[in-house]
Amino acid sequence: MKLIFEKGNKNRGLDLMPECDVPIRQVATGYERKKELNLPHLSETEISRHYTKLAKRTFGVNNGFYPLGSCTMKYNPKINNEMAGLPGFSDVHPLQPIDTVQGCLEVYRLAEKYLTKITGMDAIDFQPAAGAHGEFTGLKLIWAYHQDRNDSRRDKIIVPDSAHGTNPASASMAGFTVINVPSTEDGFVDVKALREVVGDDTAGFMLTNPNTIGLFEEHILEITSIIHEAGGLNYYDGANLNAIMGVARPGDMGFDVVHLNLHKTFSTPHGGGGPGSGPVGCKDILVKYLPSARIIDIDGRLSFEDKNEKSIGRVKDFYGNFLVVVRALTYMMTLGSEGLKDASENAVLNANYMLHKLKDTFEVPFGNGRCMHEFVISLEGLKKEKSVSALDFAKALLDRGMHPPTMYFPLIVHEALMVEPTETETKETLDEAIELFKDLYNKACNDPDAMHNSPTSTPIGRPDEVMAARNPILRYKF
Amino acid sequence: MGTYVPNTKDEQLRMLKEIGLDSMDQLFEAIPKEVKLGSPLDIPKGMSEMEVSSKMKKIAGKNKVYETIFRGCGAYRHYIPAIVKQVTSKEEFMTAYTPYQAEISQGILQSIFEYQTMICELTGMQVSNASVYDGASAAAEAVIMSKERKRKKALVSASVNPMIIETITTYISGTDMELELIPVKDGLTDLESLKNKLDVNTSCVLIQQPNYYGLLEDGDAIGSILADTDIKYIMSCNPISLGVLKTPAEYGADIAVGEGQPLGLGLSFGGPYLGFMATTEKLMRRLPGRIVGETKDSQGRRAYVLTLQAREQHIRREKASSNICSNQALCAMTAAVYLAAMGREGIRQAATLSMSKAHYLAERLCEIDGYDLVYEGEFFNEFVTTVNADVDVVLKALSKHGILGGYPLEGSDRRQLLWCATELNTKEEIDSMIQILNGVSG
Repeated sequence: MKLIFEKGNKNRGLDLMPECDVPIRQVATGYERKKELNLPHLSETEISRHYTKLAKRTFGVNNGFYPLGSCTMKYNPKINNEMAGLPGFSDVHPLQPIDTVQGCLEVYRLAEKYLTKITGMDAIDFQPAAGAHGEFTGLKLIWAYHQDRNDSRRDKIIVPDSAHGTNPASASMAGFTVINVPSTEDGFVDVKALREVVGDDTAGFMLTNPNTIGLFEEHILEITSIIHEAGGLNYYDGANLNAIMGVARPGDMGFDVVHLNLHKTFSTPHGGGGPGSGPVGCKDILVKYLPSARIIDIDGRLSFEDKNEKSIGRVKDFYGNFLVVVRALTYMMTLGSEGLKDASENAVLNANYMLHKLKDTFEVPFGNGRCMHEFVISLEGLKKEKSVSALDFAKALLDRGMHPPTMYFPLIVHEALMVEPTETETKETLDEAIELFKDLYNKACNDPDAMHNSPTSTPIGRPDEVMAARNPILRYKF
Repeated sequence: MGTYVPNTKDEQLRMLKEIGLDSMDQLFEAIPKEVKLGSPLDIPKGMSEMEVSSKMKKIAGKNKVYETIFRGCGAYRHYIPAIVKQVTSKEEFMTAYTPYQAEISQGILQSIFEYQTMICELTGMQVSNASVYDGASAAAEAVIMSKERKRKKALVSASVNPMIIETITTYISGTDMELELIPVKDGLTDLESLKNKLDVNTSCVLIQQPNYYGLLEDGDAIGSILADTDIKYIMSCNPISLGVLKTPAEYGADIAVGEGQPLGLGLSFGGPYLGFMATTEKLMRRLPGRIVGETKDSQGRRAYVLTLQAREQHIRREKASSNICSNQALCAMTAAVYLAAMGREGIRQAATLSMSKAHYLAERLCEIDGYDLVYEGEFFNEFVTTVNADVDVVLKALSKHGILGGYPLEGSDRRQLLWCATELNTKEEIDSMIQILNGVSG
């Protein structure tokens, strides 16, 4: 379809701005823009239709099943958006006097209360704007902790080989060296190998639990004590918190710092790649290093405490992706204590149901037929025998109107497809997906070529990614 | 209790049975007993949608929404065309994930490609990424981007917004980079001092245009000082101002960054906002974050994909140029719809109106005894004045009339305010505020 710049007429446009009611001021000589600014010249009708067309070429949770493992693509309740749109939240300047933003502070304070209880942490800081931003922030807390204890030789962060790519990237951005620790044949952290790599240079250990295979680390307490005994701290990557709300808490497993993804577990929409929100929670020992000033309540009046002089400093401007927190709070208030647990139980039930129905057809390398909220299947066999890869399988799913699972992750599983149905899907949807998976498996065995050519019913066929990277065209040329 | 779980208790039991289980608890057998919660979460019970709605409205009601705002300082209230919210509220855009599956994500990918083009046009730069978190993290990422094996010192003007300076400091603390501030003279970056601080270790010079005090920096002079050096010139700018002001590219900048919030995003108590980042083709592969590129599909049709991914965390892991994964995609789309609706003329008008109103406001303020411009330089839509009373007294008097006055600058003995005007401020508003201020005295 046409780009927005290829439509319209240069004399077209909307009439949005009023006449100037004060003397017009022109830019002083030497400071004026010289180059003509090229922007679209469209009527409102054309803009509206352009984006409606783009929306038709976009697949959201509202369009269909989205079992994108590790991303927790649950339904995004509408009430959350409506609350975020209240002018009392959306039209408040971040630098208003404290007595005029009591509602905003209450949102942060309430959300903190809920999340500390859910995670077993002592404090939550909402400044980080996304999961990776939260990781960076959490790791900086660990860094500050060791510095503060004059233990600055601790410069190693240990990360399992099944970790999200953001884990090692964040560790390295925060100034640490990354040590990878292997997984066992069963998909768990190799405790023996972990013991071998810890030492007096260990700053901390990052773990997703349930891990990225979808299994709960059976030796979690042993793992976190190994790190503690070596003098390091434990970091919980909250990507998979949706499996355990109300069932178990990172704080009780020996974790000292966590980040959460409000755009995963707490139902806020992902917007095609953000805005998310990646609040960081921590135990008391780390509170003084948090980036934001703490909110305090003095006789019902909320205000910011003076920031602790040991704070790592801010990681973004103002206080965080506030409207995302409003949505997450709305969600937590709606579900409450039993509802959050119910959500996790059903997320795990749905995943196990799908796994149970698929395990006889597909190779499931880990978990002995059980999982938490997601599971990973491997198409290594299909690839070897029929040359049908995980990519081919995913592309074939596109033709059947389903968003594919996460592909090629975690790295320790070959030809991986990671399936996370979430709790907001009906049994009918799961049954259809199960049939579809099986049907495509048969197709892959009988007519592999058709799989290589898929998708055929989508707005475009497979794009040439190599060409895109070799000859980068990154903007429209007027 | 509200719930979004569709399956009935009956269905749940049937599903459990199929798996060979009797109860939900059995699903969690793999979790060691020692870490299982013994009791329900100590948080309130769930509520119906109606109850939640009423509770949240009460909380929102505790905030004051000012009718009139003369405060900016990093967050600006501009007019947002009606089409912007309608378009960006479409469920497909709201609820999609990062466009990994290009075949069913052409809508998001094309919108980002269009956004990247618009950011390049605004800044005059050649390449833009798909967005980062906000203006402060964009500046920090740019500083990190400038680092080279032998160049690790970032020179940042003290006339940059303090929140940005603090963010950069956090980002590079614990790494081998260091930050040095260039002092300010008469509200502007001190050029002599800048020259003296340049050395073989300097990786970049970062200035803000217009700067924290609203003043226009001599971007050309800094451009000439840095020309023919390997030092990267980073400029953090207000995107609306670029409708009329010289672009970072015209100043010779290597990297342009900024807070994209003025482009159609609400004030929202500080977020979500939008960090934009653009650079030269030469530095393209050092740019952090997602980038969308054009290519062809299997049928030879034009198509868009996430590209240059060899820079990114999911491929390079600890060697990635940044850890960024989720960015602010929907905010980037908001900016694109805003720019499409405004068009070249609309942006020029918004910029000219903002500047004109700010100058009128400054003139009128200076008619009051004790109110004077603190700096003489050229400004866009923000400026600093002295006030004739304690800032709290002044601001409270205005607040009573639904006006959010200028921002009290720290370290000014509570006698300086940083004012801002945009196209939303009418002459009538300005005049009536002057009347109120005439009635306040210290």
